[in-house]
Amino acid sequence: MKEKKISFQAFICISILLIFVIILENISMIFPSLPQIFAPTSPLFTVLKKAAVYSLVAVSMNLLNGFTGLFSLGQAGFMLLGAYTYAILTVPSAMKEQVYYLFGGCAFEFSLLDMFEGIFGSAGFGGAVSMILACLIAIILAGCVAGLFAYFIGIPVLRLKSDYLAIATLGFAEILRAIFQWQKLGKVTNGANMIKGFPTFSSFNITDASGNTVLRLSTFVPFLISALCILIIVLLIHSSYGRAFKAIRDDEVAAEAMGVSLFKHKMLSFVISSFFAGVGGALFAMYVANAQAKAFTSVMTYEILLIVVIGGIGSVSGSVIATFLYVACSEWWLRFLDSEQYVGAIKIPLLRNGFRMVVFSVVIMVIVLFFSQGIMGNREISIGALFKKRTPRAERKQ
Amino acid sequence: MEYVISVLLSGVSVGGQYALIAIGYTLVYGILRLINFAHGDVFMVAGLMGIYFTATLPVSESLPLVVILTVVLGFTIERAAYKPLRNAPRMSVMISAIGVSYLLQNTATYVTGGQPMTYPSIPFLSNTIGVAGTQTKWVVIITPFLVLALVFALSLLINRTKVGMAMRAVSKDFETSRLMGIRINSVISITFIIGSALAAVGSVLFFTNYPAITPTAGAMPGLKAFVAAVFGGIGSIPGAVIGAFLIGICETIIKGLPSSWDVSVFSDAFTFALLIVILIFKPQGLFGEAATDKV
Repeated sequence: MKEKKISFQAFICISILLIFVIILENISMIFPSLPQIFAPTSPLFTVLKKAAVYSLVAVSMNLLNGFTGLFSLGQAGFMLLGAYTYAILTVPSAMKEQVYYLFGGCAFEFSLLDMFEGIFGSAGFGGAVSMILACLIAIILAGCVAGLFAYFIGIPVLRLKSDYLAIATLGFAEILRAIFQWQKLGKVTNGANMIKGFPTFSSFNITDASGNTVLRLSTFVPFLISALCILIIVLLIHSSYGRAFKAIRDDEVAAEAMGVSLFKHKMLSFVISSFFAGVGGALFAMYVANAQAKAFTSVMTYEILLIVVIGGIGSVSGSVIATFLYVACSEWWLRFLDSEQYVGAIKIPLLRNGFRMVVFSVVIMVIVLFFSQGIMGNREISIGALFKKRTPRAERKQ
Repeated sequence: MEYVISVLLSGVSVGGQYALIAIGYTLVYGILRLINFAHGDVFMVAGLMGIYFTATLPVSESLPLVVILTVVLGFTIERAAYKPLRNAPRMSVMISAIGVSYLLQNTATYVTGGQPMTYPSIPFLSNTIGVAGTQTKWVVIITPFLVLALVFALSLLINRTKVGMAMRAVSKDFETSRLMGIRINSVISITFIIGSALAAVGSVLFFTNYPAITPTAGAMPGLKAFVAAVFGGIGSIPGAVIGAFLIGICETIIKGLPSSWDVSVFSDAFTFALLIVILIFKPQGLFGEAATDKV
């Protein structure tokens, strides 16, 4: 009974959040006199989109590192797989010639977008349906490719212990990056060049016949997908599988003695985490409007790992909060550190290009060293607590 | 034939440079069980210091200064970022190392303005010499000999001195050696000092032969050196050196293969493939001791 009530409350909360995002996005169209911050080009929406994408990847990494205790550094590799799968499957045939001009066209003529447009038509409501279906299926396939690949590398790699696992997964990510930059595969991956021309978040904005935007959905879409995926991860963590994961994290030997199959559960966690990293990669490709292997370096993995640490290893809500703070700081609030500032006639010393990241990494080091619990530790924001002021301790324990 | 010789020569020299970094990894891992992700970036910072000092000071003064300041940097990193976490889980220390690496890279970007910096040509090392019909730099010839000399000195230090005995004891058993009266913290500091000094020497050799230094220039050689350390058996200095030479030679051969095959993008990937193969089939490496898990 109580479980049902909580999931209902969670559902309400997520719906309110999503509706709020839609309103926020479109408010500048209804009231044009609002401050610049609500304009569609303001950094607010860049931050919201990027953070929505990154929070999914951070939560997927947390599932592995925080809940299963597997220290993997392969997240960027799985994102790369997801991004390329999504891009290759959705670039319209008409665009392929132009995108793959260096290789004289693409070896892979199929495009999900064209297929659905052939069924539902490309204009009006039919166009919308085919766009949604094509993107949805491509995103799911992106996750599946990443998950499948994770399964294959998991067989040898998951036998390794802690830091060897980390370096082996990092190695796999680097190998993937090299393969996708190989010119010989140019007809599929476009070599070291970027793939572009596929549907992005702004393709979801609804326009009228004359091309004016009627309803903006470009921030809503990443929020919707991320929220759904994170919800699935949370449900998984609360299931019996999730309890097995936590048992493995706390003590492998004890977990095995209690009948938890180590390899099976590690593999499950690895594949699911990679699946969502792949989905996150597809979303990332949509966010930056291109897919290019050289973006998915180990620095990206480190960045996501640091987000997870800031949020608290083992806390989903912590990861989400940390992502929004991290992205907002790096893309928006701390931008002023990068340009020269004057107080009156005096120039503030040190401020110049790159200073933001220095300040940022010092803050991260302080968190890592002195606040190793991060923002949330391993606690969660409970939705029940938002509705009810106080829960008796005995009831909470059940 | 001449081409083959020149490829092999540069392979041996790249291998020697990796060996100098790999020793730093293998010593630190042997004692702290920590992959010091920041080690590659310490190497990069040493390279940058080389550029800035040679711009104002003569080479004879600036190179020792580079080594001294790199040692100070390595020592400070250990004291500031790893020592407070001595009793924390191993993963926290590794995350701290990643954080330090991030900090060093971002600071380097800030200081250099993100521009690739060209390494100055150091007299004698940058001069060219003809060997078996190919033109090469002196540094290519000197590196392997210098590496062997340094490794010999290091193994004397480890096998014949009291400090070395303490290092071996700590790497065998942390807690017991503490009970035996070994000052753990100073042993660890010495390890970092040796590792950083070798990385500084390695940076001079490596970047003399390298077009430019970017803030991320240390990450890849660092990871490769770590793979070399794993390959040779972590904790074993001869193993790390052999692994490093092997990786250096293989990498230059891959880069030197005919350009129509277009496999040079795999020069980095090869190292990781080697790592995965060795981890699966012989996780203790060539000369490593098999570790037994205590429950």
